[in-house]
Amino acid sequence: MKIKTLLLFLLLCQSFHLQGQNDFPPVPDPPRLVNDFSNTLSDGELSSLERKLLAYNDSTSTQVTIVMIRSVGPYDISDYAFQLGDKWGIGQKDRDNGLLILAAMEDRKVFIATGYGLEGVIPDILAKRIVDQLIVPNFRMGNYYEGLDKATDMVFKLASGEYKADKVSSSGEHGGALVFFLLIIFLFVILPLIKNKKDNNNHMGGKGGNIDLFTTIMLANLLKGGGKGKFGDFSSGRGSFGGGGFGGGGFGGFGGGSFGGGGAGGSW
Amino acid sequence: MKKALIPIIVIALVGIFIYTKAVGVYNMFVQNEESINGTWAEVETQYQRRADLIPNLVNTVKGYADFEQETLTGVIEARAKATSININADNLTPENLAQFQAAQDQLSGALSRLMVTVERYPDLKANQNFMDLQAQLEGTENRIAVARRNFNQSVQSYNATLRTFPNNLFAGWYGFETKGYFEAAQGAETAPTVQF
Repeated sequence: MKIKTLLLFLLLCQSFHLQGQNDFPPVPDPPRLVNDFSNTLSDGELSSLERKLLAYNDSTSTQVTIVMIRSVGPYDISDYAFQLGDKWGIGQKDRDNGLLILAAMEDRKVFIATGYGLEGVIPDILAKRIVDQLIVPNFRMGNYYEGLDKATDMVFKLASGEYKADKVSSSGEHGGALVFFLLIIFLFVILPLIKNKKDNNNHMGGKGGNIDLFTTIMLANLLKGGGKGKFGDFSSGRGSFGGGGFGGGGFGGFGGGSFGGGGAGGSW
Repeated sequence: MKKALIPIIVIALVGIFIYTKAVGVYNMFVQNEESINGTWAEVETQYQRRADLIPNLVNTVKGYADFEQETLTGVIEARAKATSININADNLTPENLAQFQAAQDQLSGALSRLMVTVERYPDLKANQNFMDLQAQLEGTENRIAVARRNFNQSVQSYNATLRTFPNNLFAGWYGFETKGYFEAAQGAETAPTVQF
């Protein structure tokens, strides 16, 4: 009896799980920031929005994402937005700076979901105003692109300065190079100098003669190496901004941010 | 001599096995309980946030002299009742949780009645202050929903491990018990009726 109920329970969970999986679209491959599953926007509008959001992602690491679907079915649009944002992992994992603008075209509903990290700069009231004053009036007239364009502009304005993209470990490497450089100078310049002070009667006659030759070569090499290192850092930083080469600087994927229920919505 | 040794070794090995298993299971339960405590704290925080919003809301609405006092007192009383019930995270039995949920649901009901009544006051509805409070209240309800779902998920995984064999044997020894879930609000299917 007990086992039977347990089995039933597990089965129920399983079916629940399956249903939950199917209700949400998988992360598109390759990942994009603008996802129009409802075929509302034209290709030109899509790529223009994508470029805009991608540039913002590259410079701030804040991932503003637009998803347009036909209907959220039995879900509340807010609930659907949070779950979708969590499933896709919009935003960086350690910052939770994702924002999802979800529009259900047939339900005529829209919701802006803010990740934990953006709840401070875009509180629910402001999200509500973006929806009420920028998205809804435009959507009502069928100007979907204008609505989204203006809404994202406002989001950028509000969120500007909150986060910056990492300059991936370049500062750390510079520090390492500097220490190394100093060490080399110490080993090959200062140590010999000290040593030479002690016994100045070397075979070269002139004071510190051989050091000059040696250090010149070493320093020349070092400078050359240093220059190369800098250049390498720069290019590797750029690579990670672009997100690891999805067809020439495309979007590199979502970072695993999570949503805690911030945001607001409306209907048109 | 050697023959006597074999059973001792076997018993010792079995003993070590059971001991490590018992320790592992105990630690697993403790970790699960801690994650439940964390998600429960989040639930309480969000409910508290809602309770903190209500005085502002009531004051804004009160400004409209002819506003029905009955609805307002309903909200105030439900709030007082809901904030009086706090459950310690160690004490999340199904009964306690049901009690907590009943009090909070009563407050939700009172609030939704208030919102329905507000529909009759166009001035109030257009009041910027009220609109902001409404947006905050909606956001808080959303956060409550997320916090409740996370709590339910952590309780579900805890209960599932607790009741499966052989963990249920160990759980009996240690005195771990199943915890309560949030359930869909009773009467949630019957929305408050509007009478004009």
